[in-house]
Amino acid sequence: MARLSASAFTSHIPAIGAAIDNGKTAEDYWKPVFSGYEFAKKWVAEQKPDVVILVYNDHASAFDSNLIPTFALGIGEEFQPADEGWGPRPVPNVEGHPQLASHLAQSVIQDEFDLTVFNTLNVDHGLTVPLSLMFGQPDAWPCKVIPLAVNVVLYPPPSGKRCYALGKALRRAVDSFDEDLNVQIWGTGGMSHQLQGPRAGLINKKFDMDFLDRLVKDPESLSQVPHIDYVRYAGSEGIELVMWLIARGAMDEEVEEKHRFYHVPASNTAVGHLILENNPA
Amino acid sequence: MALDKPYLDVPGTTIFDADMARKGFHLNQYCMSLMKAENRERFKSGERAYLDEWPMTEAQKEAVLIRDYNLMMKLGGNIYFLAKIFSCDGISFQVAASTMTGLTVDEYKEMMVTGGRSPEGNLYKSDMTEEGNNG
Repeated sequence: MARLSASAFTSHIPAIGAAIDNGKTAEDYWKPVFSGYEFAKKWVAEQKPDVVILVYNDHASAFDSNLIPTFALGIGEEFQPADEGWGPRPVPNVEGHPQLASHLAQSVIQDEFDLTVFNTLNVDHGLTVPLSLMFGQPDAWPCKVIPLAVNVVLYPPPSGKRCYALGKALRRAVDSFDEDLNVQIWGTGGMSHQLQGPRAGLINKKFDMDFLDRLVKDPESLSQVPHIDYVRYAGSEGIELVMWLIARGAMDEEVEEKHRFYHVPASNTAVGHLILENNPA
Repeated sequence: MALDKPYLDVPGTTIFDADMARKGFHLNQYCMSLMKAENRERFKSGERAYLDEWPMTEAQKEAVLIRDYNLMMKLGGNIYFLAKIFSCDGISFQVAASTMTGLTVDEYKEMMVTGGRSPEGNLYKSDMTEEGNNG
């Protein structure tokens, strides 16, 4: 049977991707950011996930104002890096897992999550930056990836509560998949940041610390936090953090925290990163 | 019944909600067109003529021409769409963000390196001036 073993959480800042792609990771500005992911690289190499369900958001790259699905799951064979205005990132194509993805879609829809499915979609930095942070710069990504795109561009995004419940439904779906697979789920985006308006540059370390603590120990209460609290306290784009609740919802109630990292700033944003494992009974 | 908008008292922030998205539809779709290299070239070689191909309001077109991002957002633009304009100009997200705050690029970078804009004084409209609380 498939087994959901662990989750990783990370910001997906485009400037991090640009720093990797342009060989700037050793520069003074970037060094502290990348040192925070050294543990993750070793860890994921040991864990060898077969499949990662990667929760992210598209930033008006593949979805424009014509089509805005709240939750969209990629069931295709392959996804190419999007051209976000400077040409696509020089990273490998992302290989999907159509069998597991179709199983997830069917299961969660029957579990009352009416998500959208897609076969062809170019994936932007929201998806590829986490892969680069965790796997470095390989010729091919070492695992299959199932993209789960969440709308956080047009207000309102799904509630934290709904995201958390979707995570639980995804877990039930993984648990009922026959093939023997080591599956991870990653939540991306955040942490506190605001990219727009006179309040651009907002960072709220206190909010972020509290979010990390509760995500590990008390996700149920964290999932009740309303949108307005994210907007007000974590910035208009900090609301991306609801996506972390999907990944947390797919985990056991009790988890082991393997790693935590927090750094300000990367460009306009607070970088947050967590690794959680389920403990096999 | 009107949409519930509890975020209207958050200072210095425009939330891209259903009303804004409707208002900004053509502005944002114009931005998306800049994802294609040939459109970027056409835009750069004649901005006004390129904008006139879109059913945008005159105010939206003027806001684009003077690169006033706060004004573009007020007129329904969303930052991830507007990013296509400053990418086309070869400007980073950080530099573009600084232009919205009344800070110079260096002042903005310095604020970020020293921990970012503090939430203190920046959570409610009554705390913050229109120009932003950069102190």
